Amino acid sequence: MAVLVIADLNAGALSDNTHKTVSAAQAIGGDVDILVVGKDAKSAADAAAKIEGVRKVLLAQSDDLGHGLAEAIEAVVVPLMSGYDAVLTPATSQGKNFSPRIAAKLDVSHISDVVEVVDASTFVRPIYAGNALETVQSSEAKKVITVRPTAFKAAGEGGSASVEDVDAGAGAGPTKFVGEEIVKSERPELTGAKIVVSGGRAMGSAEEFQKVIEPLADKLGAAVGASRAAVDAGYAPNDYQVGQTGKVVAPELYIAIGISGAIQHLAGMKDSKVIVAINKDGDAPIFQVADYGLVADYKTAVPELMSALG
Amino acid sequence: MKVLVPVKRVIDYNVKPRVKSDETGVDLANVKMSMNPFCEIAVEEAVRLKEKGVVTEVVAVSIGPAQAQETLRTALAMGADRAILVQTDADLEPLAVAKVLKAVIDEESPNLVVMGKQAIDGDNNATGQMLSALLGWPQASFASKLEIAGDKATVTREVDGGLQTIEAPLPVIVTADLRLNEPRYASLPNIMKAKKKPLDTKDIASYGIDTAPRLKVVKVSEPPKRGGGIKVETAADLVAKLKNEAGVL
Repeated sequence: MAVLVIADLNAGALSDNTHKTVSAAQAIGGDVDILVVGKDAKSAADAAAKIEGVRKVLLAQSDDLGHGLAEAIEAVVVPLMSGYDAVLTPATSQGKNFSPRIAAKLDVSHISDVVEVVDASTFVRPIYAGNALETVQSSEAKKVITVRPTAFKAAGEGGSASVEDVDAGAGAGPTKFVGEEIVKSERPELTGAKIVVSGGRAMGSAEEFQKVIEPLADKLGAAVGASRAAVDAGYAPNDYQVGQTGKVVAPELYIAIGISGAIQHLAGMKDSKVIVAINKDGDAPIFQVADYGLVADYKTAVPELMSALG
Repeated sequence: MKVLVPVKRVIDYNVKPRVKSDETGVDLANVKMSMNPFCEIAVEEAVRLKEKGVVTEVVAVSIGPAQAQETLRTALAMGADRAILVQTDADLEPLAVAKVLKAVIDEESPNLVVMGKQAIDGDNNATGQMLSALLGWPQASFASKLEIAGDKATVTREVDGGLQTIEAPLPVIVTADLRLNEPRYASLPNIMKAKKKPLDTKDIASYGIDTAPRLKVVKVSEPPKRGGGIKVETAADLVAKLKNEAGVL
């Protein structure tokens, strides 16, 4: 048994999602290798080689791979699959983009968003926006899986695997990268942050969102999130969205401010260790999942919270 | 230019799904069903392309039970020109759906496919990517903006941390993300007109594709419930609890 993990890179650096996906791979069992795809990705491959329990790291580099184009990544992975029984990718937007292509090319099912590895062929995944959990068993020769990183503990450091170059494939064919707008932030990345402060539609404007949510997040060293309602209203950028259709987070502490707690939103944060809700409506559904609820207008509660934090 | 829009009939997004007590699935008996919200966005985008004069024909296709005709009539009422139902009572996995769609595309030869990025029942987010791989057509998933100029599509995609723009020659598979557009409500006159638009029904068996499930569903269970917590009176109490009781500050 051998399992291939496809590394997740954030601005060229190896992200923690990789370590978490290695844990899921180790739960399947057998040898675990990591494939790093990117441009100038040698340092990320060296970092991957230090993850505990990894047999070897494969490195494929090209411009198209650096832009994460789905066709280009598929072209690298599919030929490698003759040596593996399973391939696991973190369920980031990039992972979701290319992983099903690999399954289609291998003529096997795609097992999306796995949150638990029961055994080498049995997996648990959320369906219906997390309102149900489906346990599926695969008897196929190759398993192509995306893993929800927040559901797994990160594998430790301390390994010293070798790094070897592999063929960078044929590129993305006719699909061309034109450009990107990536929001630069000093704050921690939303899906990996220990604390997340999220604002909802109650903020009423983008200015208010920035004035209320961001200083509190900065005081706590937290990432900033938002409900879909706040994003749709234009109060916060798209990539702040926490929920089934946005990002799934599971921090140590999640603070929901002025968020009512639609099912959609709860699906994205209910696995947080401690949930705090601040909302002036004491009947808001968010209080049903909150460990600590404060029924208060955020306009007074947040300044008080800031001063209580010192 | 022709655009094909696959649509799926799913539980209405306002309905809270309930797991059956025997853990064999989600109870769909007597539950309101609607078009998958991401499919609605795809239909809207296709209809807008027609209104802009970029495409001349919008064909909606659904793979599902006889009742999926209602979903197709909704697409027709929104502005699709005709519809195809590939009828089956089985619940198909994404790979099987992609294979059947490929067969429909081989017959229809559209220049563009616009479809939802995922269905809100299975939440697989896989069919569009699989279809692109099977056809060998370029893939533009999670689109928040789509422009067609000549024989080229320029697509802005939602990625972690921001947006990415790619371009590809037609034919292309585009999967719609939430912010691509806001779908219209069909007007009553358009709902009436939709009843007269052509809707062909085909038996899935006529395609000769193996659509048997590959995965065995062992069980479908309720997610663990979070216990309700406590209410605190003041922000100062909250900070004290987080520091001393929860130990997260």
